[in-house]
Amino acid sequence: MYPEDLDKKVYRKVIMSRKLFSQKIQNIKDEVLLLGSMVEEAVHKSVNALKMRDAKLAKQIYQNDIELNDKRYSIENAILIVIATQQPMARDLRELASMLDVISELERMGDYAKGIAKVAVKLENVDLKIPMKEIEAMAELSIGMLHEALTAFINEDAKTAAQIPYEDDAVDRIYEDIYHKAVELMMSDPVNVDNSNLIIWVGHNLERLADRVTNICERTVFIATGELMELEVDEEDDQLDLE
Amino acid sequence: MKIQISVKNFNFFYGKFQALRDITFIRSFNRMNDLIASVSTEGEIILDGENILELDPVTLRKKIGMVFQRPNPFPKSIYENVAYGPRAHGIKNKNQLDEIVEKSLRDSFLWDEVNKDLNKSGLSLSGGQQQRLCIARALAVEPEIILMDEPASALDPIATLKIEELMQELKQKYTIVIVTHNMQQAARASDYTAFFNMLPDRAGYLVEHDYTQTIFTNPKEKLTEDYVSGRFG
Repeated sequence: MYPEDLDKKVYRKVIMSRKLFSQKIQNIKDEVLLLGSMVEEAVHKSVNALKMRDAKLAKQIYQNDIELNDKRYSIENAILIVIATQQPMARDLRELASMLDVISELERMGDYAKGIAKVAVKLENVDLKIPMKEIEAMAELSIGMLHEALTAFINEDAKTAAQIPYEDDAVDRIYEDIYHKAVELMMSDPVNVDNSNLIIWVGHNLERLADRVTNICERTVFIATGELMELEVDEEDDQLDLE
Repeated sequence: MKIQISVKNFNFFYGKFQALRDITFIRSFNRMNDLIASVSTEGEIILDGENILELDPVTLRKKIGMVFQRPNPFPKSIYENVAYGPRAHGIKNKNQLDEIVEKSLRDSFLWDEVNKDLNKSGLSLSGGQQQRLCIARALAVEPEIILMDEPASALDPIATLKIEELMQELKQKYTIVIVTHNMQQAARASDYTAFFNMLPDRAGYLVEHDYTQTIFTNPKEKLTEDYVSGRFG
């Protein structure tokens, strides 16, 4: 507790801030945000490549994924150096430990985008009625959740973070639609079975991505409260669970 | 400005006692360096092409400013403490001296606390202020290197923090060599770290010298690893 008779700002000035240390943490936060936007772009691009049946665009995402992985490792390295040299404690320590976790979630999300890009390459010249409207809506929602979750994470806004997982229901509902449409395609012509299965794969990747957003939100709550807890949303029984 | 320091087969003795054995390293600095254990001075130490062991002490002290473990201001006024060095190097002009004193005190983050009464004795200041006065005194002759020997070990945590923050500012302009036994301080404050150890005969030798981040995350020597992880020493 700051002494109550002292203005907080004055007291802070007296004890001085560890400017360099704070700057180092801020730089890492900026990099995490950048990694997040790389993931958002990759997901966006991969869905677009699928829509346009553009294998060339899809293959760009393979390249992006290498950059994304490199970025993750460089952030991880920077975090380890700060932990080793600056003796972070309390909130700083929670923040740095959480960022280690968040970047690994982001990297996996990048892999989901790459998975969708692979489907786009496979389906480039295939005559199949892909439920694009649903896939785009699902991608939109998932990317939106990710964006909100990262903003809450950077702002250490636990209240918002705790609400974001509820949006996952909408994502799951669209996934079900996609699943049923893919099954319909299979039933209409068995020749579609393999390719329709790829459509389910796309839906599954987006569903997993949204799930991982919840993990980021859990870290935000952890930074603010010091408590590690699952932000579980009650799932309906009839929901599809491929885990 | 880059400064090159090279040390070649350097040995140091107090009488018969060998304090340092066969120290060799070379490095260009424009940043703060850091030595975990303690060092003294024979052999060859080349600073920007000159063997400093052959320089006269006055010239050497102009190149290398020193700050010691215990604050040791002269029993004179704050002003005179800072003006002492420039005067010894021949600056007589009052305006010029005033300027140097103000600039040095500003650069050592002390000006705002003392500018109302520069005639006050340096010894009347608090420990942390005295240490910053000693840093101002070192800065006044514009050295190339500032050698700080345990500059914060006699200070409380807040005064220590001020000295560390000050070092971060000063390293933009000066090369700072700090000797510290406080490993966390070495990790926090420096860009490079040299780790010295001594043999049973107590002669110190250089174990490893590298970027601080490497020394504390992935040192090459097992001995360094054991030391930074608290398993030895």
